[in-house]
Order: sequence, then C-alpha cells, then structure tokens
Amino acid sequence: MYAQLVKSEGSKTREEMTPEEIAFQDRIDRNEKIEPKEWMPEGYRKTLIRQIGQHAHSEIVGQLPEGNWITRAPTLERKAILLAKVQDEAGHGLYLYCAAETLGVSRDELLEALHSGKMKYSSIFNYPTLTWADMGAVGWLVDGAAIMNQVPLQRTSYGPYSRAMIRICKEESFHQRQGYDIMMKMCAGTPEQKAMAQDALNRFWYPALMMFGPSDKDSVHSAQSMAWKIKMNTNDELRQKFVDQTVPQAEYLGLTVPDPDLKWNEEKGGYDFSEPDWSEFFAVIAGNGPCNAERLGARVKAWEDGAWFRDGLMAHAAKASERARAARHAAE
Amino acid sequence: MPSLPDMTTPNLDALAGQALAQGGHAQVPAPDAGQPQFVEFLQRMGDNCLILGHRVSEWCGHSPALEEDIALANQALDLIGQCQLWLGLAGEVEGRGRDADALAYLRDAGAFRNLLLVELPNGDFGVTLMRQFLFDAFHIEMLRALRTSADPRVAEIAAKAEKEVAYHLERSADLVIRLGDGTDESHRRMQAALAKLWPYTGEMFLDDAVDQAMADAGVAPLPSALKAAWDRTVASVLDEATLALPADGWHHKGGKNGIHTEHLGYILAQMQFLQRAYPGAKW
Repeated sequence: MYAQLVKSEGSKTREEMTPEEIAFQDRIDRNEKIEPKEWMPEGYRKTLIRQIGQHAHSEIVGQLPEGNWITRAPTLERKAILLAKVQDEAGHGLYLYCAAETLGVSRDELLEALHSGKMKYSSIFNYPTLTWADMGAVGWLVDGAAIMNQVPLQRTSYGPYSRAMIRICKEESFHQRQGYDIMMKMCAGTPEQKAMAQDALNRFWYPALMMFGPSDKDSVHSAQSMAWKIKMNTNDELRQKFVDQTVPQAEYLGLTVPDPDLKWNEEKGGYDFSEPDWSEFFAVIAGNGPCNAERLGARVKAWEDGAWFRDGLMAHAAKASERARAARHAAE
Repeated sequence: MPSLPDMTTPNLDALAGQALAQGGHAQVPAPDAGQPQFVEFLQRMGDNCLILGHRVSEWCGHSPALEEDIALANQALDLIGQCQLWLGLAGEVEGRGRDADALAYLRDAGAFRNLLLVELPNGDFGVTLMRQFLFDAFHIEMLRALRTSADPRVAEIAAKAEKEVAYHLERSADLVIRLGDGTDESHRRMQAALAKLWPYTGEMFLDDAVDQAMADAGVAPLPSALKAAWDRTVASVLDEATLALPADGWHHKGGKNGIHTEHLGYILAQMQFLQRAYPGAKW
C-alpha cells in the first residue's frame, strides 16, 4: 500500500447529489466496475488520479532502496532474486501509470508532478537500507504492509485499477516470501547476522506501521473514498491486521518487536501496540525524512540525464514515419 | 595464476585414490580435473556475464525511462543466470569443490577472466548501450558456435543463452540505430561512445593458447574466427545508425589473462563485500 493522505474530492449527501451522481453511486453500491469511457464525477476521477499516481510513484521510487543492494547481494541467487523483484516493481509502476492514463492524465504529467514535489510517494521509501538484512525487512514488512491494502483493492470500483491490483498482488506475495526467507536465513545464521536482522526490524517496524497512514479519527478523506470504493478499509483496521499477522512471524524468527507495550488482547482478539511517532511521519511526508533528498534527487537526475535519450528516440520515430510517408508518396 | 598449482599437480586421480585409501578426504576430484584450460575458458564465459551483469544492474532505478529500467533489469538477470551456469560448470570441471558463488565472490581481480570492455564504467546511457551492442554482437556469434561444442554441457548452456542474447542484440542494435539517427545530440553521444569503446573491442578476437586448446578439442571456436561475422553486424548497424565506423587502431588487452583496468577492483570490492566481511556465513 503505497498511498497515504490521499485528498478526496467532495462528499455529498444523497439529497445533494444530481441524478447522474445518484446513478453512479448506485452502480458502485451494486459492486459494478466503472470503466474508463464511462461517466464519473470529477471528484472521483481526481481522487483516483491522486491515489493511483501516488501508488505508481511509490513503485518507481521504491526501486531505489532495494536497488541499493543489488550490486552487493551476497550470493548470485540472491542477486538474481533481488533483480527480479526490483524489476517487478518497475513493472507495477508501468501498470499503474497506464491505469492512471485511462483517467486522462499522461505519465509525463504525473512524473512532472512527482519531480516538482506536487505529488508524493510512500513515506517508507525515505528510510535508508543499511544492511543486507534490510532487504529481508523490506520484503517482509514493507511488502507485507502493502499486501494488506492491495488485496482488498483488487475489488476497488475502478476497473483498470482493480485489474492492475490483481496482477500486482500475485507478485507482491512472492516478494514478501522472499523477504521473509532472507530473514529466516539471517536468524539461523551467525550472531552477527541475527543482530543485523534484529536491527533491521528495529528500524523498519514503526515506519512500516506508518505506511497505513494516520489514525482514522484524524483522516478527513476516508469517508468519501470508502463510499466510492477507492479505499476499502480504514487505516486502523489495516494496521491492526498487519500487527496481528506480523507479530507471530517475528516470534517464529526469534526476533523482538521493538514495542515494550505490545501485548495480546484476548477481548478484542488482537494485539495492543504502540502508535508510531506521528510527528516523524509528518516530517517525512514534508520532505524531512532521512533519504527524501537522495530519493527524489535520484529520480530527477535519471529523468534529466535521460532527456537526450528520450528526445533521440522521438526524433528517430518522426524521421522514420516521414520516410515511410515519402516512400508511399513516391510509390503512388 | 591461481590455477597454476593444479597444472603442476602430477596425477589428481592417483592423489584422490590415495586420499580415499587413507579414508580422510571424501571429496574426489571430478573426472574433468586437470583440465585447467577448459576451466579458464569457462571462467572467461562466466566472468563476462557476471561483470557485464553487474554493470547493467547499476542502472536499476536510474535509467532514462521506466521501460529501460525494466529491460535492463531483465538483461542483468539473464546475464547473472548465464554466469551461474558457466561458473557452475567451471567449478565442476575444476573439481576443487568451488561452486559458482565461490568463484564469483572469493577470487581476487587477477583471477577474473572477463574482457576489459565489460568492466568499463557505465558512462552515460549511450556508452552503456554501445558497450552492450558491441559485446552482444560478439556474444551471439560465440554462443551460436558453442551450440555445436564437442562438450554437451557447453552446447546445452549455449543453446539456452543464445535465445536470451539474440534478444539482447536485437534490442541494443535497435537502440543504437535509433539514437545514432535521432537528434544531433544523440548522434554525437553515440559516436563519442563508439570512439571511447572501440579500442576495447579488439581483445574479443585475440586467440591465445587457451583458445587454441579449446578449438583443437572442438569445445569452442577460435575467437578470431568470429570476427568476420561481428564486423558485418557492426558495419551494418552503424551504417543504419549513420555512425562512422572507427578506423582499426590500437587495442587494449589483458582481461582474458587477468590483467584488468583499475575499475574491476572496485566492482569486486562492492560485489564481494558481504562474503569477505562475514567469511563462511550462509545467506
């Protein structure tokens, strides 16, 4: 799940809706999929562009923290798996930009908004990957948190987004398993490896909890997005589910979740746990996380350094079609 | 040369027999042991893939377009996969208990046998693409010839790799053409990339004693025998790309025999870091 604090447009009561809007909401309530050429409220379209765009940006920025360890992967097999995983993420970015394009925004426009800071990507990718164990922690926790949100989004109301999610979820579950597999190897390894694994969990636990966004009581945009089935669950529901799933996995590894107040609550059938430091979350979102400048800087540099390459390809395509036109003309 | 001690070992089979008789060592050298030239050849194949795969993987997340990120990761993945096959076989033939990981992660630069071309820094995207094209055009000819190798294991790896490399070449040639015949700037950059890399292409076609032994055994072609086909591919692609073919001139060499550029040491420092810092750990 790579969309946080997505601002939702408009929130009308049924009495305030136009007949068109009522018919649209009824279709959503009947779980019908909305397809690109069909009528949709402007707010629905804009909110989806923000959400899908942010998700796409997260996938491509998300290549960087893991790409950071490809050249240092400890075995050839690990290197190949990590390459395949990072490649999948670029592929997810591609599906999602395509899904966004069906809403009338181009990939270049979205990238421009990312590069200028107008659009965000998930806060999680602004944390550094310092050891090989972080490749395990990212797969296990970050992809694990993403799956929590993306599995329900397979049923989201917008057809192209829903279909992209179905493909993405298949790959994400492989990603999470490879992350956990790295953690298992590290935890069964030397004392230094186990210490690296614990350190990675210590650093990624709270940032992973932040991925779900602030508590619902502070989330102003949830209600409309949920009515439109762009958002399927509340932030707190998903966070709880993630903690409940992850704590036994940490125990199996013999690792300690860095939360002294973590405790099973029989009554609610879930764990009680500490909230992340939300001031840190808002600082990261505002651009002050440990790696914001590097991550965005790397993307902007890739884009700017690559301008000549993209221009060259466009120029060649124009020449080629001009030649083909001239050849047809000569043949006539 | 790390393989030297083996070359002077009189009779590995006899030594293995003695060791078994003493009940000490369970490890018997493979039947191929004592074929250091074959091992050298396999390392040359594997190291080219490993080092070029490393370089290509450096682009991950940094390339000029999302499609390129995907394509380059895919290509690096192919190359790492091929490297696992070649180095795996090298270790098996060598019979000293080293697997592909041991060869990749625990040899120092002087024991690497890749061409200098593949270890050169990525430069701009034009240098990366041109390097890929020049190598792919050689690689495909080598693999095609290896499909009829007298050693079935070599033929099998070559058959698998050839399919992948045919696609690498199709892609790199296509992009060289488009960028050569694109804008003034893309043309200039591709021509500059060619000038920079050209002196490193000659090494691909130099024959030495290892190559001669492989050719005599019917395992592999003489590299020099691949040059005519390479010349044709390169001339035709550069022509379509409106790029000028550089004059033949001075060529660097050494990689095949372990004398590398300064760049390889840094690649290995990065690649081998974890294996060196935590000896014996399982990952």
